Order: sequence, then structure tokens, then C-alpha cells
Amino acid sequence: MSSDSIDLSRSTNDVGGLGDRFAHYVFFGCALVTVATTVAIIAVLVNGALDFFSEVSLLEYLTSTNWSPRATDDPGFGVLPLVWGTLMITVGSALVAIPVGTLTAIYLSEYADQRVRKTVKPTLEVLAGIPTIVYGFFALSFITPVIQFFFPETGTFNAASGAIVVGVMIIPMVSSLSEDAMSSVPDSLRNAAYGLGATKFEVSTQVVVPASLSGILAAYILAISRAIGETMAVALAAGALSQITTNPLDEVQTMTAFMVEIGTGDASVGSIGYQSLFAIGLTLFIMTFTMNIGSMWIRSRYREEYE
Amino acid sequence: MTANSGGPETVSKHQIDDSPPAETTTSETLEDAWGDEAVIQSRDLEVFYGDEQALDEIDMDIPERQVTALIGPSGCGKSTFLRSINRMNDLIDVARVEGDLYFHGKNVYDDDVDPVALRRKIGMVFQKPNPFPKSIFDNVAYGLRVQDQEDNVDEQVQQALERAALWDEVKDQLDSSGLDLSGGQQQRLCIARAIAPDPEVILMDEPASALDPVATSKIEDLVEELSQEYTVVIVTHNMQQAARISDKTAVFLTGGRLVEFDETNKIFNNPESQRVEDYITGKFG
Repeated sequence: MSSDSIDLSRSTNDVGGLGDRFAHYVFFGCALVTVATTVAIIAVLVNGALDFFSEVSLLEYLTSTNWSPRATDDPGFGVLPLVWGTLMITVGSALVAIPVGTLTAIYLSEYADQRVRKTVKPTLEVLAGIPTIVYGFFALSFITPVIQFFFPETGTFNAASGAIVVGVMIIPMVSSLSEDAMSSVPDSLRNAAYGLGATKFEVSTQVVVPASLSGILAAYILAISRAIGETMAVALAAGALSQITTNPLDEVQTMTAFMVEIGTGDASVGSIGYQSLFAIGLTLFIMTFTMNIGSMWIRSRYREEYE
Repeated sequence: MTANSGGPETVSKHQIDDSPPAETTTSETLEDAWGDEAVIQSRDLEVFYGDEQALDEIDMDIPERQVTALIGPSGCGKSTFLRSINRMNDLIDVARVEGDLYFHGKNVYDDDVDPVALRRKIGMVFQKPNPFPKSIFDNVAYGLRVQDQEDNVDEQVQQALERAALWDEVKDQLDSSGLDLSGGQQQRLCIARAIAPDPEVILMDEPASALDPVATSKIEDLVEELSQEYTVVIVTHNMQQAARISDKTAVFLTGGRLVEFDETNKIFNNPESQRVEDYITGKFG
């Protein structure tokens, strides 16, 4: 081959590799948007929260059981009732989602044949795509009446209805992520157990689940973190009465539901009620952020090693 | 009568037509007729993966307490045959088995056979070491536990590890993960795990192919050792290995056909089939 038969020179309309460099900056700029937004959100939250804590002591915020920031006489600034409401919804939804989601994942990963899996998994993921406000209406118009049928004293707004609907909402998250973890357990481990005369149930519960436990736990934490942050469905279903109660049939207010209540209107900018939004927002952010970090830590710390 | 009764014959379908009819299914009749030597007998066994035929009319009598090697080029069906013995092919959605496979005269593909019960009699060791992500002890004890043989687990685990020539190396670290062992140790751990519940037959699917030469020779010694108590069926594509450790050798060639099955000496020194000789001497494959 003669040396002049090959052309290695740069294309004439790409002077100095400009095209590539331009693309580099465009992509970098897009990546920067998300990072900058995160930083800005944290800055806004912290700034607003500082305003709030200049008027309310951190001690009162964290220990008082009275949350009535807009009361004209003797307002209360204790976040505990809101945290309690959030906890009730979160724990209740975990009680629904973890068993159902985990068993669904085992079914999909170990029992279902290819055809069923190909139908059920996308269906579950559609469930995850329904707007949460629709779940809220579903709770009001279906779950609450069912609860009232069994417990006629129950009011329109109650924690149980919110917990159930959030639980249903996060089932796809639990099942889908857990199923991913179980499916990534290599078949060689299943074969080893089957070869020893294990039944399908023994293989699923004694080999597959333990081998994928870290992925399953990470799925739980992400789902719970989602439940903590869930807003519209609980605002509709659980109500807006901030109180500490142990009865799941009582009305409760979560942190998010309070933020909807205040954020949608009647608190004037600069008022203490308005400022409290930022304190609650920051509290929520810290809770979910900690859980997401925890989920990542569990996944890397207990990463499955199969071979 | 049957291929293993000696003689330099190749096994093919027409030669066993004089064997007892398959409809006599009580174990006594079959054992009487076929002698008590063969523990596994396949008759016209065919396996399909979807439309692909992986095994074509396999007839073979596998003798008790000997090492039977299955050799042949890649894709010839030897692993498929091995996996059809303990019905591991059941786990593959598209696999379909036709023909008969008798274990002590009982057709394992009969409707009333539970593959779980079958696999408790026929243990298996795989190509790549596949210990569970559990402790060494729990790995060996796993089969005992699922098979409800939980008396003296400690003792049985020790025995299995001793028989697998691993005890001295791991006796002080039984609680550490099976995955911390070297590849060769892991494979011996898997062998210990397979023999702990005391099966009758051990199937080995290229158990040394992922190991270095030293670890391989340990596994080979172990296989010969094990054949004093167990019937061993081993797939290998290492012909020297087959020649070293097996009593009988089955040569599979392309298309899932069993071309020749005989005493290992005979196969390697004086095979009937020209194709087997070509394969053994490395002319193809």
C-alpha cells in the first residue's frame, strides 16, 4: 500500500478539533445543572432554616410536642408531632410493602417462568408511574371507605389509609430492586443447591435470599426513604391534624403534608409559619439523605461476593 | 448382552435390542436381567433444547463403583448426558428429554419420580467451584441439612472434609467463608459438600478445568479414591485425565452421539472406530 493512499488529516470543517471540544463543554454544562441545583437547594434550605432558628430555639423544635406555628396566641414549634405522623405512615407502609414486595420479588426471580415475568414486571413498573395524587384519591375513595366498613368510627382522614396507600405505592420499588438483586445471584449457586437435593423453596430462601441480602436491604431503605418523602397521597389520605397518637385510625399530619398546607398559599413570606417550612424541609432532607447514604453503605459494605 | 459385559463392541442402538424389554419396571427384574453391576442405564436417551437435538439415542450402562469418563469435543452432548442423570436438565425451561434412564432399574423420568429425591442419591460437582457464600462448615453441612440428616453434623462434616482431602487444610478455619479458599480448595470443598450426605453416585462436570496442574492432580487422586465407595461419572475434555483416572470411557462426537463406550484401556489403545482414534490422537476436536 502506498503512503499517499491513506488520509489521516483532520476534516477541513473541524478546525482544531473544535467540534469535539464544543461537545465536551455542552455535556459538562448539562451535568453541572444537576449538581448546581442540588447545591442551591441545600443553600436555600439552610438559609431559611437559620432564619427560623433565630426565632425558635433548636431545643424547643426538637423536644416540644406542640406544633402550631400559626397560632396567634402561644404558637408551638415542636416538630415531634409531624415526625410522629411521618413515622406512623412510614412504618405502616413498610409493613405493607416489605412482605408483599419481597415475596413478589422471590416469585418473579425464582418461580415465575419467562412469560409471566415479562408481563408482571412491566406492570409493576407502571404502578410506580402513576401520579401520587391519584393514589391519594384512590385512598380517599376506596381504602378509607373499606376501613370505615370495618371500623365505622373512623374519620375521613386517618393514618391507616395513608400508610396502606403509600405501602402499595412503594411495593414496585421493593419488588423491582429486590428482584434485580436476586436475579444477579449466579445460577451456579442455585445449581449447587439443587444438586444437593434442595427444593425450590429451600433454594429460594436459603441460598438466593441470603446471597442477595444486601441488595434487598438497600431496596427496603430506598423504599422507606421514598415513603418518608411521599407528599400528595398522605396529604389527601392522612389529613392535616398534627398530633401524637398511637391509634392508626386517627388523623395525623406528616412533615410533607404540613409543607403542602403552608406552601400552597396563606402563609406570608417572612412570617414564622413560612420560615418553618425551611426547617421542616431541612429536617426531611437530612432524614432521607441519611437513609440513602445508609443504603449505599450497606450495598458496598456487604457487597455479595459469589466467587 | 450389555456393552459392559466385555468385548470390543461399540455400543449402538441395535446391539441392545436383545436386552430386557423396558416395560419391566420393577427393580428386581431389571437388576436380575442386566446384572447387578450397572447402576445407571440409559436407553434411547435423547435430549432437545428447543429444536436443537443435544443427545441422540444414547445407550449406556454405567458400572457401580468405578470411574466412567465421558469425553468428546465441545458441544458433543457429554455434559447434557451427565445432567440428564440427576435431572438437572429439568431446570432449563426449553430442555426436553425422551427415552429412558434407569437408576437401579427405576426409570428416573417416570411421573412418580421426585427429582429432589433423585438428586439426594446422585450428587454433583460442577465445572467452576461454586461454594455458597457461607462458612466452610455450613457449605459442607448444607446437603445434610436439606436432607434432614442432622445427627452428628460435626462428625459428618469432618468425615466429608477428610474424604475430600481438605480437612487438614481447613480444620482451624471452619467458620471462615468458603470463598476465602483457593480455587483448588474450593473445588475440594464442593466435593466434600457433594459427598457429605453420602450419595451413591457422584457426577462431575469437568471438575478440574478451572484449576492449575497441582490442584488438578489432587482432584484426580481424589476421584480415584472416591470410586472405591461411589460410582463416579466424570466429564472431561482432557483425554490424558480420562486415561489416567477412569475405568470406562465413553466417547461422544458431534451431534450428541455416543460413538464408542468401552474399557478405558481399549478406547485409548485400540478403539474400534476410526473417528474415535482420530479424536484420541488429536487429529480433530
